[in-house]
Amino acid sequence: MNGPLLKNTESAGAGGSWSQPPAEGLDRAKAAKVGLRVFLGVVTSLFLLFLLAFIARSQMADWQPLTEPLAPLASARQLWLNTFLLVLGSISLQWARLAARRGALNGASLGFTLGGVFAIAFLGGQLWVWKQFVDWGYFVSTNPANSFFYLLTGVHGLHLLGGLVAWGRVGARFLRRVPLSQLQPSVELCAIYWHYLLGLWIVLFALLTSTPETYQAIAAFCGLR
Amino acid sequence: MAYVEHAETEVLHEPKSFFTRYIWSQDHKVIAIQYSLTAISVGLVALVLSGLMRMQIGFPGSLGFMDASTYYQAMTMHGMIMVIYLLTALFLGGFGNYLIPLMVGARDMVFPYVNMLSFWFYLLSVLVLLSSFFVPGGPTGAGWTLYPPQSITRGTPGTEWGIVLMLVSLAIFIVAATMGGLNYVTTVLQARTRGMTLFRMPLSVWGIFMASILALLAFPALFVSAVMMLFDKLLGTSFFMPAVISMGQQLAHQGGSPILFQHLFWFFGHPEVYIVALPAFGLVSDLISTHARKNIFGYRMMVWAIIAIGVLSFVVWAHHMYVSGMNPYFGFFFAATTLIIAVPTALKVYNWVLTLWHGDIHLTVPMLFALAFIVTFLVGGLTGLFLGNVIVDIPLSDTYFVVAHFHMVMGVAPILVVFGSIYHWFPKVTGRLLNDTLGKLHFWITFLGTYCIYFPMHYLGLLGMPRRYYAWQNYDFIPQSAQQLNAFITVVALTVGVCQLLFLFNLAWSAFKGRPAGPNPWGAASLEWQTPDTPPVHGNWGAELPVVHRWAYDYSVPGIEQDFVPQTVSAQELEQMRQRDAEARIAGERP
Repeated sequence: MNGPLLKNTESAGAGGSWSQPPAEGLDRAKAAKVGLRVFLGVVTSLFLLFLLAFIARSQMADWQPLTEPLAPLASARQLWLNTFLLVLGSISLQWARLAARRGALNGASLGFTLGGVFAIAFLGGQLWVWKQFVDWGYFVSTNPANSFFYLLTGVHGLHLLGGLVAWGRVGARFLRRVPLSQLQPSVELCAIYWHYLLGLWIVLFALLTSTPETYQAIAAFCGLR
Repeated sequence: MAYVEHAETEVLHEPKSFFTRYIWSQDHKVIAIQYSLTAISVGLVALVLSGLMRMQIGFPGSLGFMDASTYYQAMTMHGMIMVIYLLTALFLGGFGNYLIPLMVGARDMVFPYVNMLSFWFYLLSVLVLLSSFFVPGGPTGAGWTLYPPQSITRGTPGTEWGIVLMLVSLAIFIVAATMGGLNYVTTVLQARTRGMTLFRMPLSVWGIFMASILALLAFPALFVSAVMMLFDKLLGTSFFMPAVISMGQQLAHQGGSPILFQHLFWFFGHPEVYIVALPAFGLVSDLISTHARKNIFGYRMMVWAIIAIGVLSFVVWAHHMYVSGMNPYFGFFFAATTLIIAVPTALKVYNWVLTLWHGDIHLTVPMLFALAFIVTFLVGGLTGLFLGNVIVDIPLSDTYFVVAHFHMVMGVAPILVVFGSIYHWFPKVTGRLLNDTLGKLHFWITFLGTYCIYFPMHYLGLLGMPRRYYAWQNYDFIPQSAQQLNAFITVVALTVGVCQLLFLFNLAWSAFKGRPAGPNPWGAASLEWQTPDTPPVHGNWGAELPVVHRWAYDYSVPGIEQDFVPQTVSAQELEQMRQRDAEARIAGERP
């Protein structure tokens, strides 16, 4: 907290403020970034609550862990592959972000395209895991562990799909040859969102493939046992 | 100093036709009016539902169609509409949209397109909700808390379609509220004009800002519970559903936790109380200060109290669940936090009273509503101290004492602020004043009426009259006199309900025929009254944004003839005013 922020008397000169009100009008790029960060706060709240519900429900007697030897997550190889794809997507977009800052159009468009393609590949991989679940008879209502697996991966996937809509819109502007300097803020936003969803996925991945003992420990820590 | 924006003007979508100006509009003021009219309309539906319920309670059997199922459906829809679709939407979507950009000196919200989508999603959620009146089985009758397992188990009205539409409607509403909330928060953080520091913002903006943050963080809890309940209902999962034998049959569910739903629901539900209350606190602070011609007492304390209440509101939720069964230490913890939240709240009440003390109180209609709010909120808050204590809550739980408490504190009190604020800001919205006589009539009937309705309910609750019962005949522990009191309450409730027509007529009539108000009829210092046009035009501020030099509460400044100093007046201009007034006094022109 700085001094002028706390002042409402006349001694505070016009303009002294927390986030320095724009000297040259509203900074759209900065406002969009703040808006995105606020939105990510909402998504964090959403998933935190989902995960708390997950932990609480996992302590009931009928929970059948998906990591048991004959269950679909006994080997998480496919999920590791998907995670790798999502990491690649994040790296590509970061590359695009840095290239866009430098003004390098080729690097920016290539990185941007790859970021979306890897995200689509990730979603394909997730669907394949779902299909595997169905083939093995692990339907959504068979057991709460399955229900949560579908629910959490599904909601995460929907968020990524929403990101892909934004990605498609920015991509269309790339194709219309909009100058890179105007696209750069949007590339930044996509990169931030991709990194966030990667981080979120890693948390989900870690939790979904953990053992019941871990859930028990977390539940005890949260006072849910 | 010239202060002209460059980047901003290009993205300010200038409306081109009637359609984009008034319907598919991105202007925050139009969206605010759309939000408000929709909220008031759906609120009238909920008002009629409460009238129907009161008829059944006061005069059992007087309505032929009112059976137990219909009663529960009316009760559920009344509660849900009033809390979410009326109050939340009106305070954030209505007042937030209209006042934030004007009060912080912005041309519009930061994301006008998202703002427009927010309204259309809200309208969609209302239509989905209302459509449940017309589906087979009718709307859900699960109570506004929608507790499983009964809310999705056969025997409760509306388990086929009604509950699904309710949950879908809530999910859509949450999307709308999130889009709106992102706008309100980002606009406050990023689009304030020059000189508008956070600690110069009017308390209205502070209240709405904090409530938006609460909404952004708390509504996900409702979203999570709605989605998981939809899974239980439609896909046969068992998130919340335990093993149940219904109508002699074992259902497919097993192992789910209804208590988990209650935790999620109230983790949303309690902040929701403050999502409604904080904007009311903010708006009423501005009404009191303006109409008492005195700066708000303890401005910074008021801001910190708003923030403290917002933070604390996330750690009190389980006081709604004392009778659901929980670890006794949890009960102790939540009782303690509940009582702690009374400290910043009481601080606000003291500051309102101290603002009035030695003020130049103008008993205008907005002021009457503001004063009524203080006493009503005090009464509702004090019964909250009873219910916040586990040991007192347990016997009072699910009685009319609770009904009286929450109607006083988050029904009547916020709605009084809504009325006061509409009377206060209507001249800015339309350029015309609401009719004063009708306003005073509306005030006295509403204010005295609500006390006649809810005061006796405390007594009924202490008698042990349970809430949510469809009929009270043949219960030995409820004396006959309770029935007479119920009839009295019903008569008053219907009177108050009908009296709202006065208000609606006043709104419609004054919008076209009311007395022209001029730019600043109340002599208010805050920024929204300093717009170049009244009502403000698209873009709000003409060629240049205003520059702010002071807080919003410079009323009755010593040495200045005019009893308010607008936020746009600089220190030099103030000095000039002071000298001019001093010279005038010496010359004997003024006393």
